[in-house]
Amino acid sequence: MNTQILDLIGNLGTDGASASTTRRAAFQQIAKGGGKIALAVLTPLAATGCALVGSAIAPQTGLAIETLQFALLLEELEHGFYVEALKAPGLIPSSDRAVFEQISKQEGAHVTFLTTGITGIGGAPQAAPQFDFTGGGKYRDVFSNYRTFLQLSQTFEDTGVKAYKGQATNLITSSALLTAALRIHSVEARHAAEIRRLRGEKPWTGAFDEPLSKPQVMAMVSPFIRRPATSST
Amino acid sequence: MDELKTAIQSSAAHGSDGFAVRRRSFLKFAGATILATTAAGLIPRQLWAQATAGVNLGSGDVGVLNYAYALEQLEAAFYTKVTASFYSGINSRERQYLTEIRDHEVAHRSFLKGALGAAAIPNLQVDFRTVNFSSRQSVLTTAKTFEDTGVGAYNGAGQLLRDPNHLLAAGRIVSVEARHAAMLRDLLAPRSAAFAGDDIVDGFGLGAVMRPSEVLHVVAPYIRTPINADNLPKA
Repeated sequence: MNTQILDLIGNLGTDGASASTTRRAAFQQIAKGGGKIALAVLTPLAATGCALVGSAIAPQTGLAIETLQFALLLEELEHGFYVEALKAPGLIPSSDRAVFEQISKQEGAHVTFLTTGITGIGGAPQAAPQFDFTGGGKYRDVFSNYRTFLQLSQTFEDTGVKAYKGQATNLITSSALLTAALRIHSVEARHAAEIRRLRGEKPWTGAFDEPLSKPQVMAMVSPFIRRPATSST
Repeated sequence: MDELKTAIQSSAAHGSDGFAVRRRSFLKFAGATILATTAAGLIPRQLWAQATAGVNLGSGDVGVLNYAYALEQLEAAFYTKVTASFYSGINSRERQYLTEIRDHEVAHRSFLKGALGAAAIPNLQVDFRTVNFSSRQSVLTTAKTFEDTGVGAYNGAGQLLRDPNHLLAAGRIVSVEARHAAMLRDLLAPRSAAFAGDDIVDGFGLGAVMRPSEVLHVVAPYIRTPINADNLPKA
């Protein structure tokens, strides 16, 4: 499965030298799935993905890995949040369940994609931290009060959009990774819009969405990351 | 940035020879049809070719931004028409959303035109004859197509840009287009998975990406002005 993701990443590459027939064939094979690529049905492919992806981003590998790690943290946060919410009895009304099942599925796919991508370019994916979705007690009813849950959901999604936007230029030297990040970015924006609609809010804030820097994003999400007992004050 | 500035300067210099101005005022005066039958011999061959063969988006970042500008022109024109005479049975929320989307697209169009300066392509002629503006289904389905296509276009165009500032500018726009797309999809299929449906997001959770040639094929029925994208950077 991992190899197929790497091949996909590789095939998103635009460097002239990267248009190997192997990867092109792999991409065509994937594309035959009709555009809906199910991880489970991918045909095993040559295990050349790692090297190809690695060479595609060689000049800025360190920055790329750091950027993907940051994205992975946000996706782990989101995915963990929805998995827990979908398990919470009576939280999500049946009328809205299809929405959150779709979002959860896609956040999980992002986690898988990024984990594999980080490995593929020579990094070691960081293990997900333990999350505290009450934000240190500020949102105690997050999994029992739908309004609170929606509020946090919107926060996470809107922050995710801004975070990817703020990181995009870090990936400008790798067409493959940049394109993948942009594609995830657009999905996060769709999520954000839908949740805003469920809350009765406008799906947008204006004609332009603004980026957030990594420190700004971390300030937003750090209350939801549980710290080891030894470092608590 | 330098590339864009250079292009803007060279384009401005080109315009200062008087031909561009003369052509524009002539077109304004005569209209393309009359021009075609009576005036072919009066203007230089190259300008004649430009006037009849459509627009060339250009190369480098300028070309990519013109590509985005073309799509924003299309969207802005579409929603301007939608909001000029809403479809029958529209409710207040849909009226509000479509009006705001129009404002966003007009803002995007202005932003890109301003960024491109003299390198901007001229106004495109649009063609919405296949849209039934009195039908909710026709309007929303067309809008969905434009928004999904716009998102796919920007997703594919990011890698063609060289200047980080241009990439960020495109990023500030594309997520708003994705929000539009999600909202329109929700209007057509409320509270379903359609807002980020499996038809537009793949099994890796990646939103659709489209090449310029694919995008221009989708929008071709709605744009009368021929668009030449041959000089765009290649992915």
